[in-house]
Formats: sequence, structure tokens, C-alpha cells
Amino acid sequence: MSELDQIDRDLINILQNDLGLEHRPFEAIADQVGLSETDVLTRINALKENGYLTRFGPFFDAAAMGGAFCLCAMAVPAEKFDDVLTKVNAHAEVAHNYERAHRLNMWFVLATEKPEGIPNTADAIERETGLTVHCFPKLQEFYIGFRVAA
Amino acid sequence: MTLDATDRQIIEALQAGLPLVPAPYAAVAEQLNLPEDALTERLAAMKASGVIRRIAAAPNHYKLGMTANGMTVWDVADDQITELGALIGALPFVTHCYERPRALPEWPYNLFAMVHGSSREEVEEKRARIKDILGDALRASDVLVSTRILKKTGLRLRKRG
Repeated sequence: MSELDQIDRDLINILQNDLGLEHRPFEAIADQVGLSETDVLTRINALKENGYLTRFGPFFDAAAMGGAFCLCAMAVPAEKFDDVLTKVNAHAEVAHNYERAHRLNMWFVLATEKPEGIPNTADAIERETGLTVHCFPKLQEFYIGFRVAA
Repeated sequence: MTLDATDRQIIEALQAGLPLVPAPYAAVAEQLNLPEDALTERLAAMKASGVIRRIAAAPNHYKLGMTANGMTVWDVADDQITELGALIGALPFVTHCYERPRALPEWPYNLFAMVHGSSREEVEEKRARIKDILGDALRASDVLVSTRILKKTGLRLRKRG
């Protein structure tokens, strides 16, 4: 599968909504797109295998579990970039990490089970790399819809 | 919500995702040696308390043609940020929008809005629309384009012995 047809696109849109907790939760989706449950599951598997979906499952909120999230950034000199990257990514608390075009060029999210895990991890990264870790915790959240129209 | 040992087992079992089979909850319940309704009741409680935001697909923006993204950042007057943040967060092309602390002098920005588009030009157009809305409350702004994904995993709980 290299090209998406309209049913694939509809599926990607529908699958971004919350799945029910019924015994056969994909039946309702099959009805919506007019396919059998088997065909729907085959397509979802293919979408995942072909990389259109990175994951299908529960989105957990670390904060609601008593943990915390925090966006952090570092200014990493080019010649140290790979070395620093290895050290930063080695922490299981680093959930994602992006290189961005800016003096602050490494942006990562820490997700920890307890609030103190954020400063503890940030301190550890500072010790290991010798660089400042800027922490940008959210003060207010204005939207968390995160939908991509396929 | 306080999570007990069974909840933690459920979270660990589902971190990699839900099995893509006709009866996924039955499959997970069997793996955990739980009745299916005990599992789904716990999942329902986790949804109600916000531990689970939703059970859904995470699409890959890049594969879907949304190849350009920009983390737009704004220095907005503190007394107007709640009102203006709500307006920016409501824009359909903004996927995440937060007030965050400044890190002066290096970082003067307190409003972050993630913008996705099919091209750099589209991201710039959208950025211009945000700028119009912020008006006189805006003091400075920038956009940080991502050049590489360096790591992407979901939340991982540490195994407890």
C-alpha cells in the first residue's frame, strides 16, 4: 500500500476519536465506513505497518497519574551534538526529542511518574553534558485537540 | 486517581498499544489473567479521571503530507495571555497551545503554539494569522522549525520489582 484511498483517509480520521470499550469495538467503525470488521482491522494493520499511524492505543496522561511532563531545551554546540544526544536519549524519561533550527537546538519532553522526576532528570542531564537545561513547564493549556485531517 | 498494582499492569500491557484484533480488550484481559469486564471497568475509570485521555490512533504527520511544522513562540503581555491564548488555541491549525515561563534573557517567549502545514509557506501564512490576532499585546515572536526527530516514544513506566 503506497497510496491511501478515501476509506483509508476516513479511517485515519475516525481512529483519532476515542475508541469504545465494547467487546467488539471495531464493529462500530466498520459500520461507519461500510466495510466488514475483518477488512477494517486489515486496513488498520496496514496503515500501522506502512507508517501512516505510529501507534494505536491509550494516550496516557502522566500528570493525571501523579507524574509530570515538561518541555526542555538546550543549546548544544554542533561538535558535541551526537555525544549530547546519546546522553539525553539514554534517559527513559525523555519521551520525544526534536532538533530545531535555533540557538536552542535540542527540544525534548520529559515524562516522569513523580513531579520531582523532572528536576532530577534535568539536573542529571546537566551534570552529564555540562550544558544548561532550560525547563518550560506548562502554566496554562489552551488546547489539546491534536487532530490531523487525512 | 491512585493507581493500584493491577492498574499499573494494565498500563504496562498497553504502552505499546492495543492489539489490533476483533476483541482487543478480551485479548489484553486474558494476557493479564483478568475478566474482560474487570479490565474495561478499570479502563473506564482511567478515562473518567483523565489518566487515559483517549484510546486512539497517533497519525504520522510526515507520511500524511504535513511535512512542515513550526513551533511558533510569542512574547505576549502577561495580563492578556489567558484571553489571547484561548483565541490562538481555538484556531483549527494549532495542535498544541500553552503558556510557559520565559527564561530571560535568553528566552523572552511565554506563549507556544504548534502549527502544522503541508509546506513552509503554509506554516508562515498561519503564523501571520496568529500575529494579527495578538495585535498590540505582542512584543516579539519567533518560529522554530524541526529539522529532525531525535526520539519518539510514548510514556514509559519504569518496571517495578
